[in-house]
Amino acid sequence: MKLLYGRGWLLPGRGWLLVGLFLLIAVAPFIPGWLVFLLTIAFAKGLVVLGVVLLLRGDLVSFGHGLYYAAGAYAAGLALRAGLPVRDAAVLVLLGVVVSTALAAIVGLFLARYRGIFFGMLSVAFSMILYSLLLKLYWLTGGTDGLSVRVSSIFGLQPGAEYLRLAQYYFVLALTVGAVYVAYRLTASPLGYLMRAIYDNEIRVEYMGASVRRAIYRTYLLSGALGGLGGALTAITVGHIAPDLAYWTVSGEFVFVALLGGTGSVLAPLLGSVVFEFVRNYAFKLSPYTWQLLLGSVLLVVILFAPGGLWSIFERLARREPGETAPRKERRWALSWRR
Amino acid sequence: MGVVLETVAVSRSFGAVKAADNLSLRFAEGQVVGIVGPNGSGKTTFVNIVTGYVKPTHGRILFRDRDITRLRPREVTNLGIARSFQIPQLYTHLTVLENMLIALSVQERRHWEFWRPLRLDGRVEAALRVLDQFGFQDGADQRVSTLPEGGRKVLDVALSFALQPSVLLLDEPTSGVSVDDKFGVMDTLMRVVKESGVTAVFVEHDMDVVARYADRVLVFAEGTILADDRPEAVFANPAVRAHVLGEGV
Amino acid sequence: MEQLAIVGLDGLVFASYLFLVSAGLTFIYGVMRILNVAHGSLYGLGAYLGAWLVLRLWPGGTSGQGPLNPALSYVVLLLAALLVGLTVGPFLERVFIRRVADRGEVIPLILTFALFLILDDVMKLIWGVNPLLADLPYSMLGSVSLAGVNYPRYPFLLTGVAALAGGLLWLIVNRTRFGKLVISVIADREVSSALGINVPRIYTFAFALGAVMAALGGAFIAPMISVVPGISIEVIILAFAVTTIGGLGSVGGAAIGALLVGVLRAAAVHYAPEFDLFVIYALMTLILLVKPRGLFGGVEVRRI
Repeated sequence: MKLLYGRGWLLPGRGWLLVGLFLLIAVAPFIPGWLVFLLTIAFAKGLVVLGVVLLLRGDLVSFGHGLYYAAGAYAAGLALRAGLPVRDAAVLVLLGVVVSTALAAIVGLFLARYRGIFFGMLSVAFSMILYSLLLKLYWLTGGTDGLSVRVSSIFGLQPGAEYLRLAQYYFVLALTVGAVYVAYRLTASPLGYLMRAIYDNEIRVEYMGASVRRAIYRTYLLSGALGGLGGALTAITVGHIAPDLAYWTVSGEFVFVALLGGTGSVLAPLLGSVVFEFVRNYAFKLSPYTWQLLLGSVLLVVILFAPGGLWSIFERLARREPGETAPRKERRWALSWRR
Repeated sequence: MGVVLETVAVSRSFGAVKAADNLSLRFAEGQVVGIVGPNGSGKTTFVNIVTGYVKPTHGRILFRDRDITRLRPREVTNLGIARSFQIPQLYTHLTVLENMLIALSVQERRHWEFWRPLRLDGRVEAALRVLDQFGFQDGADQRVSTLPEGGRKVLDVALSFALQPSVLLLDEPTSGVSVDDKFGVMDTLMRVVKESGVTAVFVEHDMDVVARYADRVLVFAEGTILADDRPEAVFANPAVRAHVLGEGV
Repeated sequence: MEQLAIVGLDGLVFASYLFLVSAGLTFIYGVMRILNVAHGSLYGLGAYLGAWLVLRLWPGGTSGQGPLNPALSYVVLLLAALLVGLTVGPFLERVFIRRVADRGEVIPLILTFALFLILDDVMKLIWGVNPLLADLPYSMLGSVSLAGVNYPRYPFLLTGVAALAGGLLWLIVNRTRFGKLVISVIADREVSSALGINVPRIYTFAFALGAVMAALGGAFIAPMISVVPGISIEVIILAFAVTTIGGLGSVGGAAIGALLVGVLRAAAVHYAPEFDLFVIYALMTLILLVKPRGLFGGVEVRRI
């Protein structure tokens, strides 16, 4: 049984992958705590972005993924508040994923019928509904104060306070690797190719006898699950959640990072997320009033000059065989979103 | 040989234009039928109606005695009627092989799999075999956007054929193909069609092509059938010659 | 009875500035097929510039002390709006938005989102994050007794501005030569171009019109609120809701949508305050599910 298929356009050479993973594992105990924290958050949010990217590959832009991000986070938070006896990270994350997937199963029934900006508008509408409920039902959700999310164990293990940050990092890293692998299998599978076919020629898909709506729905389920996973992981890592998680600007940020990273690989969202968090961190230190300026400008540059995102630049630098770069490059320059 | 496809008094208007006027036709299993007629005579509308893309205002369509009039294209395809397009509808950003793999996975109803990869060795072999039948010996890893027009048309038909339909509708399979390639393309397509015994209905403008490959020719004119016979008989018919070939007018 | 009157009045006020922003947004969409997220920034800029100018020219605050007649403060607000709408608007359109106008609907949306982010920081850099309270125009008008309640007069000015602006927009589109060209472009941009209409110029013109409307909304709401960085973020999502409800491309729809949203919210604030935001987005969702083109929509919805 082979673990990795495909021509490598989904992932860089397997050697590099292992090196990268090894680095991520080995380096962590030796870098400063704030950096570990930054990476942890970047991975967690990167999972949400991965969910957005899975839909982007089918020509759908989810401007409301904050719905799942918040749902996963609040599933964990509310469970704790309601007195969940097991304050274990793994349990909370599972809860978050289950809740957000269930939500996606319902919302997806409606959303899978739409395209283009109407898909975007409806998805943001759903997320704003959740936001308005999280914000105003303060007796239930804590309102603007939010809820604290404090776990006492991870998979039953109880790291000491000084190792908590590191333990969270490895926990998130492990789940990220797992989730990315699942997403990878999806993109290499018939369903994954069907999504690309839908992006390319929806009519032909129907004329082949495959239901476009069902393909989108199933992909949407995984996309929602990833959003919830990212949300729960963020909740646990940060330790506190607020209704903002469902606000449209947060969803917009996920779309931003998706485009920044690119859609050419399941790793691209993570790359984009890490770069985003780094830039935001440093830009904020420079001046709290310029990080949006900087990031907005970066997005402008990406849209106008590098629509394939950072990943396409990365691929070009890695100098793949022309036969492999050509498809991805041409595809992205043709990324007209026209319907 | 049984009747595999039948239209019963099918009519369809677009505003004042009668694209289909009381069409009652029967297609027998294994027949190769050519449809000719001037532009706007209703040929493509006929294909659209049969495949469910357009609904007739009157009449029914029966596929193996089953009423498929109200079905959507996807359902019609799943029952066994596949079509190719005048402008080839392909997944241009994917390779020829990937296009075929997708078609085969849908045919096998395995297109919902999300864990096992598309490119399993067995499947790739099967895809290459089908592509080979249609003359794609080496180009399987080419991206479709780099294919010449003839190649695209053949691939379009190949994808529909891969669905193992009972009835294959070809909408102008040689239009846009250069004169040199026309017969090559049709030879390839018809060879596969005849070998497989699928019922084929193809819309064509080129009379030579029709004369060479069809068992039966339907001549469309303003939504009705002007003639329905073997090619030799049809092309000898003076009314046909006047209307379609413009002779003696 | 008083309650209903207050709900109605509150709703009307809320609807007024929402209409100004949404009308511009939906108009631009109708002409250019672009949903402009940066519309919220134009609103914010109008508010900031208007508030700042009023505070500068009348440093005495509500006492009205300053070099000029306080009655001119309304003119100042109007001028601020016109300045923002007629400079920033066309600038954004010509330098940025135009480049992606042919890449469908989603890419331009994301581009305008990037512009929104940039402008948000620009406003913070220029005016800081402390609230601007320029309530001179508001307090000057005092209040009036309506249905037994003391109601401030200023909101009616806002409503008047909204109605006037809406009317002017209608006039421009339906009664001027330029307007006829705009209608032609809305109907079919390619044919219009083939007919010799300078489509890019119409785009800039339409965008400027929409921008002025947004800036008017901002400038004239400023005396009623404390102008802070968050107002752009809040307003744009509300404007999306209104234009969706009314129908993208329909200014009349924006008016009805704004009224609906305004009254609905006012009612919620009075009777079920926990749901004052919820009702707006629930309505938006409902419309998208049931009548996606909106109440007066003219745009084809892509769905299967």
